[in-house]
Amino acid sequence: MEAAILKDRENQIFIKEQSQGEIACEKSSLAGSVSQRACVFCGSRVVLYPVADALHIVHGPIGCASFTWDIRGSLSSGPELHRLSFSTDLREMDVIQGGEKKLERAITELGELHKPSAVFVYATCIAGIIGDDIAAVCKRTAEKLGVPVLPVHSEGFKGTKKDGYKAACDALAKIVGTGDISGIPKVSINILGEFNLAGEAWMIEDYYRRMGVEVVSVMTGDGRIGKISKAHGVSLNVVQCSGSLTYLAEHMEEKYGIPYIRVSYFGIEDQSRALYDVADFFSFNPELRTKAEEIVREEISVIMPRIQYYREKLAGKKAAVYVGGAFKAFSLIKALRLIDMSVVIAGSQTGNKNDYKQLEELCDPGTVILDDSNPLELSRFVLEKKADLFIGGVKERPIAYKLGIGFCDHNHERKIALAGYEGMINFYKEVYSSVMSPVWKFAPRNNRRKSHE
Amino acid sequence: MLLRHTPKEVKDRKALTINPAKTCQPIGAMYAALGIHGCLPHSHGSQGCCSYHRSTLTRHYKEPVMAGTSSFTEGASVFGGQSNLLQSFNNLFSIYDPDIVAVHTTCLSETIGDDVSQITQKAIDEGKIPAGKHVIYASTPSYVGSHVTGFSNMCASIAKYFPEKQDYELDQVNILPGWVEPSDMREIKRLMSEMHVPFVMFPDTSGVLDAPQTGFHQFYPKGGASVPDLKRSGASSFTFALGKFSSEAAGEELRKKCDVPYEVMEVPIGINATDRFLMKVSEVSGCPVPESINDERGRVVDIITDMQQYLHGKKVALFGDPDILIPLTEFLLAMDMKPVHIVSGTPGKYFMERMKEIMGDDFETGNVKNGPRADMFLLHQWIKNEPVDLIIGNTYGKYIARDENIPFVRMGFPILDRIGHSYFPVTGYAGAMRILDKMLGAIMDQMDREAPEEKFELVM
Repeated sequence: MEAAILKDRENQIFIKEQSQGEIACEKSSLAGSVSQRACVFCGSRVVLYPVADALHIVHGPIGCASFTWDIRGSLSSGPELHRLSFSTDLREMDVIQGGEKKLERAITELGELHKPSAVFVYATCIAGIIGDDIAAVCKRTAEKLGVPVLPVHSEGFKGTKKDGYKAACDALAKIVGTGDISGIPKVSINILGEFNLAGEAWMIEDYYRRMGVEVVSVMTGDGRIGKISKAHGVSLNVVQCSGSLTYLAEHMEEKYGIPYIRVSYFGIEDQSRALYDVADFFSFNPELRTKAEEIVREEISVIMPRIQYYREKLAGKKAAVYVGGAFKAFSLIKALRLIDMSVVIAGSQTGNKNDYKQLEELCDPGTVILDDSNPLELSRFVLEKKADLFIGGVKERPIAYKLGIGFCDHNHERKIALAGYEGMINFYKEVYSSVMSPVWKFAPRNNRRKSHE
Repeated sequence: MLLRHTPKEVKDRKALTINPAKTCQPIGAMYAALGIHGCLPHSHGSQGCCSYHRSTLTRHYKEPVMAGTSSFTEGASVFGGQSNLLQSFNNLFSIYDPDIVAVHTTCLSETIGDDVSQITQKAIDEGKIPAGKHVIYASTPSYVGSHVTGFSNMCASIAKYFPEKQDYELDQVNILPGWVEPSDMREIKRLMSEMHVPFVMFPDTSGVLDAPQTGFHQFYPKGGASVPDLKRSGASSFTFALGKFSSEAAGEELRKKCDVPYEVMEVPIGINATDRFLMKVSEVSGCPVPESINDERGRVVDIITDMQQYLHGKKVALFGDPDILIPLTEFLLAMDMKPVHIVSGTPGKYFMERMKEIMGDDFETGNVKNGPRADMFLLHQWIKNEPVDLIIGNTYGKYIARDENIPFVRMGFPILDRIGHSYFPVTGYAGAMRILDKMLGAIMDQMDREAPEEKFELVM
């Protein structure tokens, strides 16, 4: 099939130094497109999911709960409540008569059974449409159970995944500020937007601890309600996944006067900057900066020789990057550049104007920049630009493989830590194993290339 | 202990499902639609639904799964999704160029009352559907039935739309395979070829969701039932509707529209169900079951003979979709195994009735439940109270298997963490061999792993 571009999407595709004007973004997806995006509920669910001592009750038909059952490898060092799937499983009669009673019973029954530290109640499309007063149910049951019961207004149709992040932040904001903050030292931070996939939060926390910085809470990786409730006791919020948790950081700045910085833990440069920026914030204690430099030196000296190996093998290879948030794309471009790989396609599902501006600055001329793309465009540009690697999420993986190129998951499906210094090695190793896999020797695309050469 | 939060004591729950053994209708409709060549499923609702269904099917098949979405916003949910769907038709046909768009609804579009059939008619009237292209639709509200219901509804829509009534009869039969894997559809087709019985099968996801690596991303892989075949199915002499839950509705639609008689049969899993299926095919077509297939059957019986000491009395917990569980239970009983806990999230009285027939006295002593609150949490509680030697079900069973240290065989939908289901069948005699292989492998691996040194033996 001839790969065409949807006319209405033309201005969401930008080629550096070839396209005019600026990229269009933050639009809702075109009806009828095969979009890779998800919904508001999905946004809330993935942000709050790692809070391990809370109940996550999905108020809606069964699908919303079953499709989000344990879809993120967010590790917990204690309770595993978050990995269970609770649903009110709304049926036809509930849709007609309303689901409030069912929800109330569900919260009560589960509250008594599991004694959670808090309950999150997710409103799905249908709960929103039938007009259940979820907030009222939450209020009533909170009194009964004696723990916070928080509505998460994540009706699927009320915007994009981003709006779901905001709904999740609103729920978290209700917990923040409820705990006792006496005893929290001045040199203390929260890490926001770090979900402890493959234990990444533990690695990052460890760096900060080695510097002498106390991490009061991580939101939400290995999250606990108790820790989140004390989050307002810190001096600084460090925001990793900017798309998801910036709202909360802004809220905390406004309400508690806690400033925030944006960081990334992906890539040597960004990881190091994340440590230095925190050290510089606490400049009254120069010791922090010295320690940070020590850590960076130490860690880099361990990984650099190993990186050299991958650079030798992978230099000159080309990558396509299509990820959820744009911030992640920046880090990936830098990380690939370090081993002399270039990025020929860069895109995100939810970037804003500013993000794309930065992305453009970072990219090489000719790079295709995409907003809210779809499989047809992605596979067309991958072939056109002769990419050797695709970095994306679950729905992109088989497309890349069908095209005969390597793939690296930088989303839900990854099982290895990619953050921090150790994560860089893991990342290069994964890229290497995929791009250089002997399977491509058997792949038709490779044969075709050979015959062209 | 991932499921450490599961208490042993079973209390009656009224209002909630914990760790569901089912999911919602649209994903079933999407899967069925993918079994038609050149068909692009379209989800009429919020983006999330479509994204989840595509992700889950992608994880299960490790294949690209394409589908459009109406991308509902707040506006659409208030004013109705008509303009979204009309715009979708425009975009789908102009960009992705499918032969068929198979629309299914979601809970959202159902509840706001979108009439997809009326909207589709409007699109046809306004010339928005290009000549020679087709739009089919199924109503699949997520709060009714389960994913199996959605599959059934889309199959029924296919049967309602394509087959053409003829006053002549073709020397062929229709096979509605039910919700089984591409490998199973391939296997059933192989059996039919082996018997020299001409047939039309739909849906047929073989070649679509087990496509080869070609160096291209094909939006419409070469598999799937073709439109001409679907049209011809109206002139077939008989329809085999395999699986009451997934295929009866489509069989009935074909009968109503084209007078093709049908019989609902069980999905041919295990010896009895396969025997019945092949005998009936032979009876209807007049083609005898060939020696080659008899030999396959003989090999299954031979394996069971060789291994009966390891099968006898083994207690099994199983969960999944009713059309699979019914013949599987029968197969387990035929091997002298004891299915003691059985759960299916899909509602429907027939399940319990048929299970009672198959299980006889074992039904009373065992735990069998389907419908509301028949979930994995309950299954786990049952297992805690009466441990089993084997668990059979989809990937979600791995939590229980690990916590309770019980051998586990993956079968059903979805399987997110292993391969094989799309390539090796569980249907037919070949499938029976594979089930045996997997069960014995799981049980004996554990025996080997845990046997004290003095009891560890070379030959088992």
